Formats: sequence, structure tokens, C-alpha cells
Amino acid sequence: MNYTPVIGLEIHVVLNTKTKMFCGCSADYFGKKPNTHTCPVCLGLPGALPFTNREALEKCIMTGLALNCKVSENSYFERKNYFYPDLPKGYQISQYRKPICADGYTNLTDGPKIRINRVHIEEDTGKLFHPGAETLIDFNRSGVPLVEIVTEPVFEDVSQVVEFAKKFQQTVRDLGVSNADMEKGELRLEANVSVRKIQNPNDKFQIPDYRIELKNINSFRFMQHAIEYEIKRQAELLDQGVALHKETRGWDEDKKETYPQRQKEEAHDYRYFPEPDLQVIGIRDGDRIRVKMPKLSGQKISDLVEKYGISAGNAWILESQGKVDYFEEIMLDRSVDAIEAVNAIINKRINAELTVEEFKGKLKEAKGGSKVSDEDLEVAVLSVIKHNEKAVGDYKKGKESVLQFLVGQVMRVTKGAARVDKAQQTLLVKLKNG
Amino acid sequence: MGDIISLGLLETLEALEKKEFSKEELNKAYINRLCDLNLKLNAVLAINYESNGIPAIVKDVFSTKKIETTTGSKILEGYKPVYDASVVERLREQGVSVLGKANCDEFAMGSSGENSAYGPTKNPWNVSKVPGGSSSGSAAATAADMCVFSLGTDTGGSIRQPAALSGVVGLKPSYGRVSRYGVIPLGSSLDCPGPITKIVADARKVLEWISGEDGYDSNVSNKFIITSNKLNDLKGIRIGVPKEYFGKGLDKGVEGEVRKAIAKLEELGAGVVEVTLPHTEYAVAAYYIIMSSEASSNLARFDGIRFGHERDKFGDEATRRILLGTYSLSSGYYDDYYQKAAKVRTLIKLDFEKAFEKCDVIVGPTSPTVAWNIGEKADDPLAMYLSDAYTVPASLAGIPGLSVPCGFVNGLPVGLQVIGKYMDEETILNIGEVYEEATNWRKEKPKL
Repeated sequence: MNYTPVIGLEIHVVLNTKTKMFCGCSADYFGKKPNTHTCPVCLGLPGALPFTNREALEKCIMTGLALNCKVSENSYFERKNYFYPDLPKGYQISQYRKPICADGYTNLTDGPKIRINRVHIEEDTGKLFHPGAETLIDFNRSGVPLVEIVTEPVFEDVSQVVEFAKKFQQTVRDLGVSNADMEKGELRLEANVSVRKIQNPNDKFQIPDYRIELKNINSFRFMQHAIEYEIKRQAELLDQGVALHKETRGWDEDKKETYPQRQKEEAHDYRYFPEPDLQVIGIRDGDRIRVKMPKLSGQKISDLVEKYGISAGNAWILESQGKVDYFEEIMLDRSVDAIEAVNAIINKRINAELTVEEFKGKLKEAKGGSKVSDEDLEVAVLSVIKHNEKAVGDYKKGKESVLQFLVGQVMRVTKGAARVDKAQQTLLVKLKNG
Repeated sequence: MGDIISLGLLETLEALEKKEFSKEELNKAYINRLCDLNLKLNAVLAINYESNGIPAIVKDVFSTKKIETTTGSKILEGYKPVYDASVVERLREQGVSVLGKANCDEFAMGSSGENSAYGPTKNPWNVSKVPGGSSSGSAAATAADMCVFSLGTDTGGSIRQPAALSGVVGLKPSYGRVSRYGVIPLGSSLDCPGPITKIVADARKVLEWISGEDGYDSNVSNKFIITSNKLNDLKGIRIGVPKEYFGKGLDKGVEGEVRKAIAKLEELGAGVVEVTLPHTEYAVAAYYIIMSSEASSNLARFDGIRFGHERDKFGDEATRRILLGTYSLSSGYYDDYYQKAAKVRTLIKLDFEKAFEKCDVIVGPTSPTVAWNIGEKADDPLAMYLSDAYTVPASLAGIPGLSVPCGFVNGLPVGLQVIGKYMDEETILNIGEVYEEATNWRKEKPKL
């Protein structure tokens, strides 16, 4: 194919604040009885006024800082005016000319620097339901805080988009600003996809004059399929000499193709103007928020590797098991061997629910002598083999990983008193012979 | 007991305290008066016969829980809010009850009361004349002693101008002094809820009750001074008289009464100095663009889905302003209209700041004319807009303005406007009170 993709991503993240963006209603809307989390403000009743949720602003700033954005000292809200039944005021309070955060970047393991255009804050709309001929509106979601992230169209490959999206999901979870659960609509992805002819590297880079917006995609997998399909579709059309225009398309997982959706987007003039009901968002001391932020995964990992000499791989597993704090508490005792400790935790050789003291005790035992005699160990091993026919069968068929399970069983039977390496040795011998 | 209804707020509170009459007698007197006059004046829409506190009439743009709130429009016919506006709550806390909802120009869009979808309100001094607008019913009801006091809103002059035309006191507070929560908005950066009263001291009292942060309106501040320092005279006060408010368009009779009033202020000890507000001539244009733009957006929520009727029920003036506002905000026009108007607004604000280096308050006519005949300007929206010429600049600048009665022309009231520095209602109220007590305009009542 003589085309290369040009992809940009637009993400909406639902913040996990206690209350909504501009009123005191609960922001926990998912699965709740319709229209039970409402008030004059989020219902857009005549005379109601918005009042900014500070926690939401802070969480937006944290997200922007995590993406290395510059934080504006004086940003402001604007009204985005359009009619839709799920938009009670007839406008959405959002940001346009001066977003809170802008001009950031993040790096992938391999690929271009991903430049971030903006990270701004806005309110969510209500939700429409169409049971039969009627349309019903639930305003529980109306006014919930959203952070919008827009990247520059710098992705050159689908895998980069997926990596970025997954990394971003983990980031907002680590920051504690959102659950980012795609099935619950807490993380919404829109990909803007175009293709351009592969050029001579000396030619000036030309951004395509159209883009296709892929919307309503609620899993990373579907997004990947949709983008791949779309790249192919566009290349074929361009080869046929068809001119492409700005369009919105959805993904049909059954037919495995994209299809056109509502056209109204391009015609729309939102008539943005500064929201007169709200004050300018004055942010001094954005660094104070930086100090408040939890350390992000990447940073944590390098710290662990540097401090304790454990491998990055093991550090990641420790992190994903949520055992970093536990591990570091154990390591306050300088006599403990870091590598042994981390192995014991991540391979679950010693119960990580034990107190730190108990764990250290078990670690010493495992290291030193065993409390189980060789005969008792043999009995235990034979018993485990006898009572775990299926597992033994799987191991003999070649499933090596089952060995760990059998070792675990031996440890269980001997109440943790056996030495792990000896138990494994004995097992191997018996399995070979048996 | 026939005098009960002629009492102002402070007088009524004192009389109740002294047990000169009961709250029941008070309300009975006012309800009777209201019912006597309302067919003639059409000042009040919804009436609350169960009123049992200090009876006040509030403009129909204030949300009143369970009491029909129409904003003078057919769009909200039958609409009963589920909540009270913050200022209404504050008044209730002080023992005030809502006796009725005052008729007004539809969505507060107007300067005469003739844009109400429920028929125009009549001026109590001459029922063939307009009472002014958009707080037409509030001003007329107060002038006709149909309530102890009333509440209006002032966006471009809608408290001050009807107060002037109807011979009562009207106070537009500084923008951000009084919460707008629950006030159905016209121009979000301009609307100021405020009192229309029989005497200046009453306006001061009501302002005290309704001022300050409420946790719902982000633009409200508590940074204002309240004192009860009564002045005896105006010694040391510097009065600025802007030459731009005494030019073409000002009726000779009105000018005469206003100049006499300024002479009185001098007599009372004030120093008078001429000031200039050079961008005055652009104020009406800038105002109509900004206000219409904000209004076009504010009125978008009236989609007939959750409440109210369909959008074809908007009256002509509302439709006109929605179109104008939408146009001014449109892509390609935003810079030339909305943004330009916003810049002019800043210049007007700076005009006042500069003038206030030379004086403490600015004084002039509230309205270029006295009340005109019903129907006279109804076909000429631009002529109607120009009647706001002296009130609009203070609205754009967000500063407070008081209108106090200062005379008559052909039996129709004239108002003196006193404009103050931001959050300095104190000074304009002081001046108004001293002037009022040194004259007898307060004693004049319409013959009804």
C-alpha cells in the first residue's frame, strides 16, 4: 500500500468526583434509578446557575500534568450552543479558546512523540433511551464532570494508538481520577483517521484535507479493528480516485465494517462565547497539585529497580499485584534479601497477606533449614500427585506451568514447612518416575 | 386604618412592632387594594391570597416555589417552579411574603411593559401612559400602594427607568452584590435583582436583606460595606454631572426638573463638577449586542421538553432578540459584533473609573422623557431602545444606580439618577436619602 495512516485521538474521561461538575448532585450515575440524581442546575431549569466543582478542576490539572501539559493561569469556561434533547440548557459548559491544560506530550515504547493539543474540562449530557417508539431521557448523567484530551494527528500506526490508549487508561487509574471503565462509558475513545500518500522524505509533510471520525467504540479491540478497516477502506477509495470528505462513522462488530453516522457535525456552528455565569479559573501554584499527585507506574518501577536491584519485570508484577508498599515495608529490614523477598511475593510462595513480621519469619525459614523430614516430604509429594490427577496429566502433556501449582499444593500439605526448592525437586523426580 | 397601605417598609415594621395593627390586617388591606386596582392597572399576574407576612410583590422573573412564574411570556404559562430564588428565600427569612407576581415585559425584554404577553401595565399617574419597563408591574404596584415594596431586575435600566416613570425609588445594585440564582435570566453578565420602594431607606433595608454570597451564584461577592451612617447633609460630597447626559434627546421639561434637583444637592452642601463619559454614544449598541447574545443562549433551554410550551409562543421582541443575539455570536460575525461590543464595554467601564477620580457619584436624568402613551413607541423598537440611553452605561460597567423622584412634568413623574462606584451603594443611598428628606416628592401619590 502506498498510503500511510494519519491518526489523532480524542478521549473523554468521566471523573470519579463525589459530586457533579456544577452542582451538588451525586456524580455516581451508573445503574441508578433514572432522574434521581437531579436538581434545578443539572436539569437546566429556568434561573438555575452553575457553581464550579473544585475537585474536578484539580483532577483535570493532574491529568494534564501527567501528560506534560502547560497549565494555564487564567483559563475560562465557554458555552457550546446546540440543541439536543439530552442537553437541558441548550448549551454545554465546556472550554474552547483557553483550555486549562495544553501543549503536552507523552512517549511510547516505540514511535513518534505523541503531542497533546489540549486537556480541558466540561460537563456530560443526559442519556437517551429508545424503548420502542418513544424516547426517554435520564438526567442522572447530566452535569457529570468530563475531561477531554485531544492529541495531535501524530499516530502513524494502529498499535501506537492502542498502546497510548491503554497507557492513558492506566494513568488515570493510577492518578485516582477515574475508574476509566470502557464498558461503563467512563472512558470514551474517538479516532480521527486519514491516510496520506507515502512521500519522499525530503518532501514537505502534507496533512490530508479530510478526516474520518470513528465514534461510539467501546473497547480497545474494536477500536483497533475499526481503525485497521478504515485505513484500508480509505486507501482503496483514494486509489479509485474518489475524493474523501469529513465524515463520522461507527463500527459494526458483526459485519466487521465501519458505517456512516449522523452528518450534522460539520455544519454546526457552536457560537462559543465565554460563560458569563462563571468566574475565570485562576490557577496559581499548579505545582502544589503536582506534589499531591500519586507517582505514576513508570516512575514507580524505575524507583524500585534503582533502589532494590530487582528486575523491572518483577517490579511491574509487584505493582500490578498492589504489593509495592508491602514489599517496601519488608525491605525496611536491611537484612532481608530483596530478590528473595520479591520472588516470594510474586510467586505466592509465602502468603503476602501475612503481617510483615510473619512474612520475614517465613522467608528466613524457607531460606534456612526445613522443618519437614525427607520421608514426610516424599509422602506429601506422593499424596499431592495422587489427589491431583488432572494437573499431573496436564503437566505430562507438556504444560510446564502446572508445576508451580503442584509445588504450591505440596507447600499447602506441609503447611509451608517444606523448602520450596526441595519440594520442587522431589516432585519432578516423582512425576518423572510415576 | 386607611393609611396602612401608604406606609413604607420601615414604617410598616415599626407599626407592627408597636402593634398598631396585625399582620392579618396588614395583608387584608393590601389584598383589598390590589384587587381594587389590578383590573385597571394590570400590574399583578399571580396573586397569593394566603399572604401572611410583610406583603411584597416580586417581578415574575423570580422563581417562587409553587407560585406560577411566567416571566411575562406564554412560554411559561402555568409553570410553577420547584424552588425559590435565593433572594425570595432571603426575604421569606425576614418575614416577607410574596403577595403577587408582578407583570413585566416578556423575559424582561422591554422598556415600557408593552411586551408582556399578558397585556401592558398602566401607569398609576395616568392610565393611558406606560409605567416604564421591564419591571413595569413592580413599579406600578409600588406607586399605587398595592404592596409594601417590590422586587425588580435591572439589566439595562429595568428597575431605574420604571421607578422614574412611576414616581418611586428604584435601586440597581452593583453586579455581583445580589445572587441571581432563581432569577430567570436575560443578560447573564448584566442582570441585577433589586428593590423598588416607596422611600430610599426602604431600599437600603431590602438591599441589606438580599445582598451577599449564597453558594449558588459564582459571581456574588461579600466585599461591600454596610453601615447605617445617616448623613445630615452632603458636605464634602462631590457630584459629577456628565455633559453627555444633557445633550440631544433629553426632554426640556425633564432637564428642568433634574437641574433643579442638582441645584438642591448643591444647596445641601455638595460640590458639583462637570465630568465627561466620552463613549456614552456607543453604549446602547454595545448593550443590545451583548444582552441579546447572552439572551439567545439563555433562552435555548425553553425547548418544551421538560417544562413550558413550544418555542412558537415567543413574542415579537423576544424573537427579535434571539435572532439578533444568535447572529452576533455566529462564526464570521463574532469578532465584529460580540467581541467588539465587549471591548466597547471595557471602554465605558474605564470612562466611569476616570470620572470617579473627580467625583464620588455621577448624577443626571434617569430617563430622557417622562412616561409616553401606550402604543406610541411600540412599532419602533429602535426608538424604544434609545429610552435606555442614560441607564445602559452603568449596567455595562456593573456599577450601582439609584433613581429617586425629583419632580413632575405635566403631572408625570421625573426621576433623578445617582450612579456610584462599584459596591458603593452606601454613598448613593445616602445622597438619595438626604435629597428625599429635604424635598417632598415622597408625599405625592397618584390619584386612583
